[in-house]
Amino acid sequence: MAAEGRLFIQLAQRAPIPLAATFDCAPGEVLALTGPSGSGKSTILRCIAGLDRPRDGRIECAGEVWLDTQARIGVSPQRRSVGLVFQQYALFPHMSALGNVVAALGHRPRSERGPRARALLASVHLAGLEHRRPAELSGGQQQRVAMARALARDPKVLLLDEPFAAVDRVTRHKLYRELAELRRQLAMPIVLVTHDLDEAAMLADRMCILHRGRTLQIGAPHEIRTRPADALVARLVDLRNVFEGVVRAQDAPAGRTLVEWQGIVLEAAHAAPFAVGTRVAWTIPVGGVVLHRRDRPSRGEHENPIAGTVVECLALGDDTTVGLAADGPAGAQITLRVPTHVARRNGLAVGVRAGASLLADAIHLMPWRDTGRDAQA
Amino acid sequence: MMEWQALALSLKLAGWTVALLLPAALAIARMLAWKRFAGRRLVEAALAMPLVLPPTVLGYYLLSAFGANSALGRAFIAVVGHPLAFSFAGLLTASLIFNLPFAIQPMQRAFESIPADVRPAAACCGMSPWRIFAEIELPLAWPGVLSAMVLTFAHTLGEFGVVLMVGGNIPGETRTIAIAIYDRVQAFDTRSAGLMAAVLLALSLAAIAVAYSTSRRTEPAGGG
Repeated sequence: MAAEGRLFIQLAQRAPIPLAATFDCAPGEVLALTGPSGSGKSTILRCIAGLDRPRDGRIECAGEVWLDTQARIGVSPQRRSVGLVFQQYALFPHMSALGNVVAALGHRPRSERGPRARALLASVHLAGLEHRRPAELSGGQQQRVAMARALARDPKVLLLDEPFAAVDRVTRHKLYRELAELRRQLAMPIVLVTHDLDEAAMLADRMCILHRGRTLQIGAPHEIRTRPADALVARLVDLRNVFEGVVRAQDAPAGRTLVEWQGIVLEAAHAAPFAVGTRVAWTIPVGGVVLHRRDRPSRGEHENPIAGTVVECLALGDDTTVGLAADGPAGAQITLRVPTHVARRNGLAVGVRAGASLLADAIHLMPWRDTGRDAQA
Repeated sequence: MMEWQALALSLKLAGWTVALLLPAALAIARMLAWKRFAGRRLVEAALAMPLVLPPTVLGYYLLSAFGANSALGRAFIAVVGHPLAFSFAGLLTASLIFNLPFAIQPMQRAFESIPADVRPAAACCGMSPWRIFAEIELPLAWPGVLSAMVLTFAHTLGEFGVVLMVGGNIPGETRTIAIAIYDRVQAFDTRSAGLMAAVLLALSLAAIAVAYSTSRRTEPAGGG
């Protein structure tokens, strides 16, 4: 494994906040740490910066060992060369924007500091505002000062702790674009802490799902959302259609696994690890559920057809989210999304009968195991 | 008749009290503001005692502690050659103890008001603990530090009960201006007493004015 500029993290402790996190991040890569509040995201970031010290762990960045509890190595934050953007930015309130950035340039010769700080502020679109104090800047401008200050240190890793949480929506989207632009010029690993899954999916190359300090799954955002490792991850990434079933047959040549669910046998994409008779969890993305349209019937309707009654019909802008209570003993609710005009044309409303197909290739099987309960035990 | 010697002694006592208490109070205030340790509340309560204790009661205990019958008193005599009680050194020691809450509490409040992440942010900027103290903590806590110093100074100038108990009334050694005022009133010399009282009043007013105007100027610009 090429260690050039790479960040390796391995943390473990039981108290005060349980941690069992292992991940790495390549130079230039954006890794999003995602999870509910209290899942240890910020604590992990503070451990990387050296502000918190875990009970056990090892942190290595760009070939330097910053923490190795076994070897009793624990480098101070001052000597770690990290750029950290705090949630509330933590700017120095008595210093100008320029002063804030200069404060992080102590490693450069005195004569270089002023020009370098101005260049950094210009790179985050703050030229002309150098002499304003934080209180005289808007939330978005404060975030940019914090970003410039974090980069001033020429850090070997950039850490962003919910950097978009404290600004309004319009500013946030502007800052997203700026980060996307900025990261192309940055050659260090970037770790972004966010509880916002859409934000993580938009900005990150990979996501790391955390729950109670434990890394549950690491992967590309699309992979995690369509192929969660287990039911807990599926729940944490807010997947709507998570059900349980029993494997009834494996048909490797046809690339199919048959799963019994509520008395129906569903065809799913082949999932080799599950033996016949195993209880599994399964999920299908909202986009993998296709409405049987009265106005335009199609041949695909014989693929895992489900019939039921509409129990929820919620128009949110251009899309309508439809909850379909499938016929059967348990009456499980399947969620699908259709364009609002299609919902209208097909007369979808609460109480109406409707049919849908579950696309076999979109059905993803997971072990029936609640990692959350394991972690609690 | 203005007693310049008494005024000079009072100023000297107040000056030394501020000078010696400042570093100690800074250290204690920082610790109380940020460190969480067992017994922290107890320490805070003990440091606040001089606020509620009658000065004569505190003075009485200090006098007992300083006397030739106590270990502290004997040790002082052995080293310096004269008793701690009824000396300037004894007066200063009492003044230091008596002023602890006036010096610590404003500083502690000031350190507590520094946003939680600002110091970690400074560490992440590569600033050494000393630079963080000098360039971040002290400027941000400055109004509190200044008002602590002014309060201590003004309070020492005017202190009477403790001074009388511990120091007595020895001209040039322990006769402060507050004692002199009392002494003049006892001798029906109201003119001298009135003059010195007016000087003390003016000094106190000036000190408070300096503290208020400086703390207003150091509030964040832009009102935000």
